[in-house]
Amino acid sequence: MSVTPPQRVWWKEKVPREERLWFSIALAWAIVMFIMMPLWHIYGSQNPSTETYKVEPEEYVTLTQQFIERYKVGEENGVPVVEPPPGSDVYLLGKQFSWEPVIKLKKGETYRLHLSSADVLHGFSVYPMNINFMVIPGYDYVLTITPTEAGEYRVVCNEYCGPGHQLMVGKIIVE
Amino acid sequence: MGDDFRTCPVTGFKVHLPAEKLIKVNAVTAVVALLVGAIMALLVVLTRWETVHLLRPIDFYKFVTLHGWNMLGFWIIFFEVAVLYFAGAIMLNTRLASPKLGWVAYALMLIGALGTNITVLMNPTKNAIMFTSYVPLKATPGYYLSVILFAVGALLAVFNFLATLYIAKKEKTYRGSLPLVVFGALAAAIIAVSTLLFGAAALVPTLFWSMDIAPTWDALTYRIVFWAFGHPSQQINVAAMVAIWYLLAYLTVGGTTISEKFSRLAFVFYILFINIASAHHLLVDPGVSTAWKIWNTSYAMYLAVLASMMHAFAVPAAIEVAQRKKGFNRGLFEWLWKAPWKNPSFSALILSIIVFGFLGGISGVIQGTEQLNIRFHNTLAIPGHFHGTVAGGTTLAFMGITYYVLPLIFRRELVGKSLAVYQPWLFGIGIALVSIGMQGAGLYGVPRRHADITSFGGSGFAFEYDPTAYLWLAVMGIGGILAFAGAVLFVLIAVATLIKGRRL
Ligand code: HEM
Ligand SMILES: [Cu+2]
Ligand SMILES: [Cu+2]
Repeated sequence: MSVTPPQRVWWKEKVPREERLWFSIALAWAIVMFIMMPLWHIYGSQNPSTETYKVEPEEYVTLTQQFIERYKVGEENGVPVVEPPPGSDVYLLGKQFSWEPVIKLKKGETYRLHLSSADVLHGFSVYPMNINFMVIPGYDYVLTITPTEAGEYRVVCNEYCGPGHQLMVGKIIVE
Repeated sequence: MGDDFRTCPVTGFKVHLPAEKLIKVNAVTAVVALLVGAIMALLVVLTRWETVHLLRPIDFYKFVTLHGWNMLGFWIIFFEVAVLYFAGAIMLNTRLASPKLGWVAYALMLIGALGTNITVLMNPTKNAIMFTSYVPLKATPGYYLSVILFAVGALLAVFNFLATLYIAKKEKTYRGSLPLVVFGALAAAIIAVSTLLFGAAALVPTLFWSMDIAPTWDALTYRIVFWAFGHPSQQINVAAMVAIWYLLAYLTVGGTTISEKFSRLAFVFYILFINIASAHHLLVDPGVSTAWKIWNTSYAMYLAVLASMMHAFAVPAAIEVAQRKKGFNRGLFEWLWKAPWKNPSFSALILSIIVFGFLGGISGVIQGTEQLNIRFHNTLAIPGHFHGTVAGGTTLAFMGITYYVLPLIFRRELVGKSLAVYQPWLFGIGIALVSIGMQGAGLYGVPRRHADITSFGGSGFAFEYDPTAYLWLAVMGIGGILAFAGAVLFVLIAVATLIKGRRL
């Protein structure tokens, strides 16, 4: 009975066949998943990046400003637009409550996209691809990216960052 | 002894009256929290349903924060404390170790719960930081203090339960091993102790930091410590829920597990494996190594899922065997069709198993793989997952057992029996639609915790999501209204029973 002590010593009891069979199936599934996890990582092409550096928020802000000064080509909604050369280091700064700068990239070229924050946590979510990464102050998260489709992408903040969180949209343009 | 006890005429349990009183207080408080949480849920869901878009951003953030706390924190944990006292004192025919400590624990939890609500309502700009309370977003000290008081109270309640088990063992009020339901409650309690200690490690330094007497701490370290507490804390709910499943299978159809060993081992697996499986919250974080992510989300997680699969077999088996013994042997499923569907506790049990397993469990395994997480992290699909597990599964199980707590502990005949038959369906179908709608919208990248995906507060970069996403949000919205109605109906039946129910 579930509500009274077991009649026999439970750990000496023999588990019936049906239960053993179900357990074997479930365990086999767990083992398959266990093996698949590293395999997916090794053979798959959708792995989260592991390239991270420590960086003081102020330092990252300076890096982004230097990056903007170097490659600025215009402005949109008061946010600088930059066009860095292919292969270069691209800096995206999350801060309450905007993404800076707007980035123009070339289709088929590879870039090193740096993500970090000037203040609190932010979430880097690219629409319409639906790709999501955490942006954490103190950490420079580097994604090596090669845009394969031209278009205008939005960067939505999807980690609550304060009362103006909903304002935080940015843009990446691929030409 | 003697005066402090009564014998339950239905179950034959010896009921310790001071324990019974504490069970009542904690259960009533839980139901009040459920009502408050449900009202906030309605406001929040009607905001996320973009066609309605009810609240201003600041009010939305305020009510999401408090909906999370009142539901996941206060409804669930006050109820679990009641379950622990019941499993410890009543089911073992013994006394609660210390009723006094029980009241201290209750007072701390109540002050904490009120404090959390008050600090967030009074100062949402600073304190509506969501229950995760990630640093370096800084709330006022009162907020962190409230949360810590609540957690300390909960920890004391767990110790009280453990001490009660010790007394029962010493005074030999039961023979042999603990009954299965108490064993499950013990698993929940063990996980709770380790979890609450991690909770202290996350929140106590944060409190001092908010008072400017401790340095700020690394935002990623906080996340790691917080989830070391945050994920296992959900396993408390799972273990408690499964213990209630076994109890309900017994109370509704007289079913019991075919194999005590099988079911108990599954509880042991929860204790052993889930405590470390927290990396699935950090899969797209910088600075967390791939090896740790893979090890943690495969080894530890799948062995805990294995335990849930075992219970998912054992509980329906218990029901089937009991039903077949009664002679419902025609065809494969007569035992199921002829089950006591008129008993709201039975339908709540079945819905709990289905919603938890199929909507919550499967989505959790999918979202928790390293590669796929990139597409789910912080989208609405995440709340979609846990509105299947804890908001659907655990809540339904607790609602189901309440229909027994009212006659057996409060000794009142249920008021509105005919409505109660539909209540689990109303809530269950509603919350299932909430879960499905959120998961659908999440696939299109709709973020969670976002006040305005239509105009983005007027940002110049505003855009529109795929129209299909809005359709999913409507599914969530309609489900939300049904679930709200189901939750309110539950509260009404419970309150009416307490006030007007015939004394038994
Ligand atoms: C009464 C029916 C319910 C409805 C309509 C509902 C709806 C919602 C909605 C729309 C959100 C906000 C999602 C977002 O924008 O991120 C939410 C968040 C949440 N809900 Fe519910 N919910 C209900 C019941 C519950 C229950 C019973 C629980 C727990 C036992 C629960 C736990 C939570 C939690 C923990 C959050 C996350 C808050 C945060 O992101 O900080 N909900 N719910
Ligand atoms: Cu944000
Ligand atoms: Cu988790």
